[in-house]
This record gives sequence, structure tokens and C-alpha cells, in this order.
Amino acid sequence: MALRVGCAAPPGRALDNKTGAWRVFKPVFDPETCSRCGMCAMVCPEGCVHETEEGTFEPDLDYCKGCGICEEVCPKKSIRMEKEEK
Amino acid sequence: MAEVEQGCELFSAGHRACGGCGPALAARLLLKATGKNVIIASATGCMEVFSTPYPETAWGVPWIHSLFENVAAVASGIEASLKRQGRSEKVVCIGGDGATFDIGVLCISGAFERGHDITYICYDNEAYMNTGIQRSGATPYGASTTTSPPGACAPGGNPLPKKDMPAILAAHGAPYVATASIAYPNDFVQKVERAINTPGPCYIQVHTPCCTGWGFESGETLAMAKLAIDTGLWVNYEMVDGKVVKAKKVRRKPVEEYLAKQKRFRHLFKPARRDDVIANIQAIADANAERFGIDIKRKESSE
Ligand SMILES: Cc1ncc(C[n+]2csc(CCOP(=O)(O)OP(=O)(O)O)c2C)c(N)n1
Ligand code: SF4
Ligand code: SF4
Ligand code: SF4
Ligand SMILES: [Mg+2]
Repeated sequence: MALRVGCAAPPGRALDNKTGAWRVFKPVFDPETCSRCGMCAMVCPEGCVHETEEGTFEPDLDYCKGCGICEEVCPKKSIRMEKEEK
Repeated sequence: MAEVEQGCELFSAGHRACGGCGPALAARLLLKATGKNVIIASATGCMEVFSTPYPETAWGVPWIHSLFENVAAVASGIEASLKRQGRSEKVVCIGGDGATFDIGVLCISGAFERGHDITYICYDNEAYMNTGIQRSGATPYGASTTTSPPGACAPGGNPLPKKDMPAILAAHGAPYVATASIAYPNDFVQKVERAINTPGPCYIQVHTPCCTGWGFESGETLAMAKLAIDTGLWVNYEMVDGKVVKAKKVRRKPVEEYLAKQKRFRHLFKPARRDDVIANIQAIADANAERFGIDIKRKESSE
């Protein structure tokens, strides 16, 4: 008989937790000035910045916590933090 | 089952780290480097707590948590069993600096002595953050924590220097030891790839600023990591078979530029400047620069 100890959770189940609700400021991306370098997607601690079909980038606001790291690293200053209207 | 559906993110969103958390970015980058063919053993600490509040988990790969102190022993057992079964998964430990520099040293030393084919990653946020910012062996000299507050006995804050953990593991005969920083994500990813593909026990210590524990704005996490490197207070280097083979060169800035931006060093500037302590910290950076030869000389810079 297999002895079952501890607890197990299905992979990626954290997606149930929509951390976008934590946000105070939200990042607004400007596709016009974006150089498509991909830095924002590389450094987002939530992994919630995605490439669009046009090759520019946008955040998944279901999960974005509004930390501002993407704004800080964007070499083109294409991202601006804006107070969230709730 | 809520499968990982977000593109190729193996470390999923929805975890409960503070916004701007350095260790959360390190976890994402780690899985980018390892891919799916990996088993992660995690010590207790912020990363374990924010990524796996039961029944949620952000990990899209097999992951096991045991205790604060024994992650290297757990990984040793997993590796021995996989080897016996002829399986190919890589075994990676991840632990905070408290888990690595202090409480887990016995198990890490044992695993490295026995020569298990594991990679140990220490995400270094320079204190015990999950329990409220206590000093660890990785806390830098001069930093204020709840257990090293500036006071009558130690006006400078933490009186002890950071322990040289990479040297301790290199002395165990580890074939590959490296330091990295989330300020250079590609470099960290490449170092993890190299470590997991090097047979034997390898060690990577990745600098992961913690906005909550260090006291800076969440958007500045990468900027802070970069300043640590630019001042020489953190050096990115690689050691192969105990010898330093590569270190990132910089045009060094004064340490004050790094210190003045963080609340954990505020006592060095207010109410009165502590030039003595700041000079001691500058001396640490100077010694790092000397030891690793990281200064870009004027001639080189004009090339
Ligand atoms: C044996 C034991 N002692 C103490 C604790 C309480 N504890 C949980 S997390 C933690 C701090 C972890 O610090 P670190 O390894 O640096 O990780 P961080 O939280 O900073 O990411 C402590 C002391 C514990 N879980 N087990
Ligand atoms: S960092 Fe800025 S320029 Fe680069 S892809 Fe993102 S938005 Fe575009
Ligand atoms: S603000 Fe922070 S969480 Fe939101 S997209 Fe930018 S980096 Fe990601
Ligand atoms: S306290 Fe620091 S390490 Fe812990 S989740 Fe918050 S930012 Fe990350
Ligand atoms: Mg820590």
C-alpha cells in the first residue's frame, strides 16, 4: 500500500489567484514608440507581459501588480504608470 | 486541472510575492533555464511561501518542500534515486540566504562532500525576509535589520561582513560555482544552464533585491541590483574547479549611490552622517574590486 504523506497541488494552480486586484498604478504601453526589445516581458516578476500579434507588448491586467519594473527598464520610455481607476 | 496555459511560463502568475519582488523574477528565470525536465526542491522562505499557498502553486514542474534546513539532503535523495532508475531529470535546490548561509549549511556541505549531481541556487535577498527581516550570514555590513538595529552597541547596524559562501562551496571541490544578479537576466539563465549541465554539485548565488525588506520603491528592484554591481558591492563571477575564470568589469561608482537609496542604510545618513561606516563599506567594495579585478581602467574605457 502506498503511503501518502504531505499535500500536492496541480501545476500552475496559482493562476486561480488574480493578483491584478492588488494594483494601485497600472502600466500603459505605447506600441508606437516600442522598439520590440522584449525587456519588459523578460523582467516582469509576474511573467504577465505578452507579445502581441504586431510584435509589440502588453500586460495581462488580471495578474499585473503594478510594480513599475517594466516602466523602469523600458529603454524607449514607452511605458507609463497611471493611477488605476476602480 | 489548471494546467500552465500562459504561453511558455513554467513559473506562473498568481503567486503572492510583493509587487516588484526580486526572488519572484529569479524563480521565473530559473525555470526558463531548466525547462520542464527538472525536479525542484525548495527550502522554507519567501519563495516557498509566496509560490505555494495550498492548494495553489505557481510551479509548472515537479516541486517538493520539506523543511527550512534540509533541502540539500532531500535533493540528494532524489538525485540518488533518479540515478538508480536511470532517469534524466535535473535536480535543483532553491533556498534563500538564511536557508543557505546559516541553517542549511550542514546538509549542503554533506551533499557537496558526497558529490551529488545537483545544482544549488541561493536567491540572496540578504536577510530572513519571510519572518520579518532578521539578519542572516548574508546580510551586508552596515545594514539595519530587526536583529541588527543601529543602537548604542552597534551604531552602524550589522557589525559583521557578508559570509563568503561561494568560496566555502568551491572549497568542497564543486566543479562550478557562480554568482549572478537579476539585473542581468540572460547571464543568470546561462549560468543556470551551465550548472545543470555540469556533472557534480554546482552552486549559484543570485542577487535578488527585496523592496519590502531593503526599503525602496517596487519599480527600482532591477536598478538596485545593477547599482550593487556598479559600486562593486556585488560581483558577478564564475569559478571553475575552484578558480575564478571570469568576473564582470565595471566603471565603479561610489558606494554611497547604492546606500543612500535604501532604508536599511538610512542610519548612515540621518540623523548624522556616519562617514566611518560608509568608509568601511567603500573599503569592502575596493577589496572586491582588487580581488576580482573588476575595475575598467581608463585606457580600456577609451578603446
Ligand atoms: C527550523 C525552522 N526555523 C525557523 C523557521 C521560520 N522561518 C520560516 S522562513 C524563515 C526565513 C527564511 O529566510 P531566507 O532563507 O533568507 O529566505 P527569505 O524569506 O528571505 O526569502 C524562517 C526563519 C522555520 N520554518 N523552520
Ligand atoms: S521594454 Fe519598452 S521598448 Fe522594449 S518591448 Fe517593452 S515596451 Fe517595447
Ligand atoms: S507593472 Fe510590474 S507586474 Fe505589471 S506588467 Fe509591469 S513589471 Fe509586470
Ligand atoms: S518580502 Fe521581499 S522577498 Fe519576500 S515576497 Fe516581499 S519582496 Fe519578495
Ligand atoms: Mg533571505
